[in-house]
Amino acid sequence: MARYAVLIFEKVPPEQLPPEVMRGHMELPDRIAERGGRVLAGLALEPEATATSIRGDVLTDGPFIETKEALGGIYLLEARDLDHALALAGMTPIVDGGVEVRPLIDFAVLEAP
Amino acid sequence: MLAATVRVTRDLDLAEEAVQDAYERALRTWPRDGVPDRPAAWLVTVAKRTALNLLRRRRTLEAKLPLLVERGGEEDEEGDELFPDDRLRLIFICCHPALGRRAQVALTLRLVCGVVTPDVAQAFLVSEPTMAARLTRAKRKIATARIPFAVPAAEELPARLDAALAVIHLLYATGHTAPSGESLVRDELTGRALDLARMLVALLPGEREAAGLLALLLVHEARRPSRTDAEGRFLRLAEQDRRAWDQALIAQADALIVGALEAGPPGRFVLQAAIAALHAEAPSYDATDWPQILALYGELLRVWPSPVVALNRAVALAEVQGPAAGLAAVEALEEDGRLAGYRYLHSTKADLLQRLDRPTEAAAAYREALELSGNAAEQEFLGERLRALT
Repeated sequence: MARYAVLIFEKVPPEQLPPEVMRGHMELPDRIAERGGRVLAGLALEPEATATSIRGDVLTDGPFIETKEALGGIYLLEARDLDHALALAGMTPIVDGGVEVRPLIDFAVLEAP
Repeated sequence: MLAATVRVTRDLDLAEEAVQDAYERALRTWPRDGVPDRPAAWLVTVAKRTALNLLRRRRTLEAKLPLLVERGGEEDEEGDELFPDDRLRLIFICCHPALGRRAQVALTLRLVCGVVTPDVAQAFLVSEPTMAARLTRAKRKIATARIPFAVPAAEELPARLDAALAVIHLLYATGHTAPSGESLVRDELTGRALDLARMLVALLPGEREAAGLLALLLVHEARRPSRTDAEGRFLRLAEQDRRAWDQALIAQADALIVGALEAGPPGRFVLQAAIAALHAEAPSYDATDWPQILALYGELLRVWPSPVVALNRAVALAEVQGPAAGLAAVEALEEDGRLAGYRYLHSTKADLLQRLDRPTEAAAAYREALELSGNAAEQEFLGERLRALT
């Protein structure tokens, strides 16, 4: 199995997402498992307005790269190959935006001793 | 042979290396030991063995980046012939929608047709390092993102096949628009594209769109010699010598189109082929079945709503209902704006204006078309039409 990061770009901020879309996100891991894939981890991000960026020693209020669609979340996906990964990632509920699928070099969970 | 080796290695660079190695070994050993009974099978076997060895060596080095070996057991190493499906897999991996169109076209030429990188570069008018970098990037993406070396599942096949057909069509068009003699390599692209289209029809006999593309290319090919005059100048359809058209190719195309139309509703390539065949079968420009062509363009616009198709429909409309109706359709397209930089919009408009006896406006439209054309033979053609007006 190969591993991918799925980056979710969504114009609608999380608190304004309609309930059926929120439900779609909650159910996504199960739907992916039914189709032979696996979600290893998921990160839902607070809105971009809460972000702080550091470049050199300068702090700025906001995301590092300003984009029309904000990065709303990331999940880690295990799939057979890119075709399988694209089919699974395509099930991500989106109101206005899309997803990006990136192969992973490595994935490790570091736990405190 | 490359396809057979990729199936074992799942890695294009590795497979290329192994194939090269097999040829080198053949050059060394065949003169000494004699040519084997089945040279192709010998080469494939040697290449696969080399690939497996390279793969094992690399595996131990890069335990973290395992390369997939084809699922399902050991191969019968002796006398292993190329599976037709490997060819198909190779086409589908090169034309995968996760790759950009330019990468798809370059990879197909390099890996499916076996054209060497300098020639691929020349065909697309870029430098060799640029093309080499483009190919390397694409191959790296295939390996890293794990684009599968597989024939797509039935439900994905129509969309994936369409991408492959579009690549082959683009290959042909690139060779087709190059004025003959300007570059032999570009001229050769038309032959490569025809071979690929034939291969797809043979490998996927039930796919009507594959037959449609082959038929379309055959009609283009049949008319190719008459597209320019002895000095290499472009000729309009009405001016071309129809006796020079290759009737045998047109008949082949016709049989493919009839078969496809009988088998089910036509897609964009079958419709384009049917339109091209109607042109090719007409005894003269004036005797062309324009109402039928107009109807086919209407159908084509429905399955493939592209402004370029709408422009072609406007030309057919002008022949059926007169230049004023055609001009109105072209002007509607002009307002749409998507074809603003498309030289054929302006040259079509110029031609219709000329037929409506509005020479000043026609001349202005020819000038706009001229500014947008990057092709010497075409510029000369447009320049001549402009001079005739002023």
